[in-house]
Amino acid sequence: MNIRFLSICLALLCAVALPYQAQAQDPLKITIDEGIIEPLPFAVPTFQPESAEAGQMASDLARVVAEDLIGTGLFREIPASAFISTVSDFNASVQYADWKAINAQALVTGAVNVQGNSVNVKFRVYDVFSGAEMGNGLQFSGTVDGWRRMAHKVADEVYSRITGEGGYFDSRVVYVSETGPKDDRKKRLAVMDYDGANVQFLTDSGSIVLAPRFSPSGDRVLYTSYESGFPRIYVLDIGSVSRRVLESADGTMSFAPRFSPSGQTVVFSLTTGGNTDIYTMDIASGASVRLTNTPAIETAPSFSPDGNRIVFESDRSGTQQLYVMSATGGEAKRISFGEGRYGTPVWSPRGDLVAFTKQNKGRFHIGVMRLDGSEERLLTASFLDEGPTWSPNGRVIMFTRETQGAGGSSTLYSVDISGRNLRPVRTPDGGSDPSWSPLQK
Amino acid sequence: MNRILTSTILIAALAVSACTDPSRFGAGGADGVGTNVPQNGGIVPGSANDPSSTAYFQQAVGDRVLFEVDQSTLTATGRATLDGQAAWLLSNSDYQAVIEGHADEQGTRDYNLALGARRANSAQEYLASKGVPSSRMRVVSYGKERPIEICSEEACYAKNRRAVTVLAGGLTS
Repeated sequence: MNIRFLSICLALLCAVALPYQAQAQDPLKITIDEGIIEPLPFAVPTFQPESAEAGQMASDLARVVAEDLIGTGLFREIPASAFISTVSDFNASVQYADWKAINAQALVTGAVNVQGNSVNVKFRVYDVFSGAEMGNGLQFSGTVDGWRRMAHKVADEVYSRITGEGGYFDSRVVYVSETGPKDDRKKRLAVMDYDGANVQFLTDSGSIVLAPRFSPSGDRVLYTSYESGFPRIYVLDIGSVSRRVLESADGTMSFAPRFSPSGQTVVFSLTTGGNTDIYTMDIASGASVRLTNTPAIETAPSFSPDGNRIVFESDRSGTQQLYVMSATGGEAKRISFGEGRYGTPVWSPRGDLVAFTKQNKGRFHIGVMRLDGSEERLLTASFLDEGPTWSPNGRVIMFTRETQGAGGSSTLYSVDISGRNLRPVRTPDGGSDPSWSPLQK
Repeated sequence: MNRILTSTILIAALAVSACTDPSRFGAGGADGVGTNVPQNGGIVPGSANDPSSTAYFQQAVGDRVLFEVDQSTLTATGRATLDGQAAWLLSNSDYQAVIEGHADEQGTRDYNLALGARRANSAQEYLASKGVPSSRMRVVSYGKERPIEICSEEACYAKNRRAVTVLAGGLTS
C-alpha cells in the first residue's frame, strides 16, 4: 500500500483545548461490557473538501468512517436526510441544538485536502448532548492510494474516544481464499483490510495452504503449505511476497505455527511416527526445542502476550482439551472442563481470555474463557465454526464458518466477545483461517 | 492403413508411459486399443487384470482402509486389506508407497491433520510388521482437506476416514 503517515498531530487544531463543560448530561461514553442494547446514534456529515480535487475523497472518507462505526454494532448512523444543520466550515462552531433535535449523540466532522498524491484529513468529535468537543481535533496525512487507512484511523480515534477501548479498524487480515467444490477445493493465501477491502493474493492455488498467522509487527506471515508434497511451515514476507520453508527433517510433517510476541520464535506442531508434539524454533537459526513429549496429539499452540506461557490443545485425557504450560515446556495444566471437546485456543491480546473452538453434540461453537477455565461463554453455534482470531483490541473475534452438505463452503465471520453483532466479512471468494494483524503503525 | 498405423503409435506411446508412470495406464486403458494387441493369457499389461499393475492394486487388492470416528486403530477388515497390500508390495518390489491419512470434516483443522497422521502411521506400521521395508514407505496427512465424498452424513464421513496407499515408481527397467 505504500503509506506514509507524514504527521500524526495531536492537539494541534484547537488553539485551546476545551475542557468538558459541566452539564446535566453525563459525558458521552459507551462502556462495552455493560450489555449495550441500543446502539449509540451518531452523525457523520460528508467531510469538507478543502481543495478542488478533494470532493470525492471527502465523501468516501466519511462513508468508511461511518461504516467502521456501524460495523461494531455499538453505533447507529443518523442519515443525512434527517440533518437540520449542514456543516460548511470545519472550524465554525457546531449548532448543538440542531444535532440534539435529531438525537445525534455523537457528531464527527472532517475536512479533506488533496494535493496530487497526498491527502490530509482533519476531524473533530463532538458530544452533542454535553455540548462539547471530545478530545481535540486531529489530522492524518497520507497518500491517495492509502485513503481507506486514513478513514480507518479517524474511525479508530472516534471509537476510542467514545468507548475508552483501543481501536481496531486500521488493521489487516491474512486468510485462505477458497474456490471450488469440497472435493476439489483450491486454496491460496490472501491479505486484506479488516473490512474486506484491498484484497491481495500471496500464493497461487497450486498447493494446499493452511492457517496463515501474522507476525507481531504485521510484516510477515507463517503458514503451512503442501508445496513439497508434505505439510511444511513457510514464512512469507508481506512486502516482497517472498517465502522460505522452515527447517524440517525428512519424513516429518510440521503445521499449526504461530509467532512468539518477539517475532523471533515460532511455536508449532511436528509429527513424526504418527505422533504430534509441540516444538519451538528460532526462525533465524532453525534451532528447535521440543516442549511436549506424550503419545497424545498436542497441537494448536498459542503464546501468551508476555511470551512466558503457551496455551494448546491435547487429547491426552482421551478427548481434545485445552492446557497451559510454560513457554519452555514442562508440566501443563488443564483449563477446559466443560462438556464436549475444545480446540484451537488463542490467547487474547489483553492476556485475560482464551478464544477456542468447541465441539459438542454435533455442533461447533466459538467461545471464550478465562485462563483458569472460568467464565466460559459460547459466542456462536453452527454446523461448523472454527479457528478464532482476535482483533488488535481484544473486543472482536473473526473465525471460519463452513456450511453443511455437498455444496458446503467457507465464509469468514466476526462476532463481538459479548456474543453480539455476528456478521459475515465480505471476501471475493470463500474464506477460512483468518489471522488478524496488530493495529498498523 | 492410416488407422492401423495410428493405433500402433498409440500403443507404443502407452507402453512408454507405462514404464514411467503405471498409474496413467490405469483401469480405462484395457479397452479399445488393447483389444488389437496379441495377449498373453488375456492379461492386458497395466490393466486391472494385470496383477503387477497399479490398477490391480487399487481395485483387486484394495488401496485403502477405513477407520471409526476419531480412531486410528485398524479394523479387522482393514488388517485383511493391509495383509493383501503387504503381500503385493513384497512381490512388486519396484514400487514405493506414500500412505495418505485422511479425516472427515467433523473436527478442527489442526486436530484432523494430526489424526490423519495417526491413521497413516497405523497403516504403515502394520505393513512394516508384515515385512514391507520402511524405506519404501512414506506417510502424509491431509486431515480434512481432501474428502472424496462430500455429503455431511455418516455415509460420506465413513469413506473419508481413510488411509490410502498410493503407489509411485515401479517398472523401472
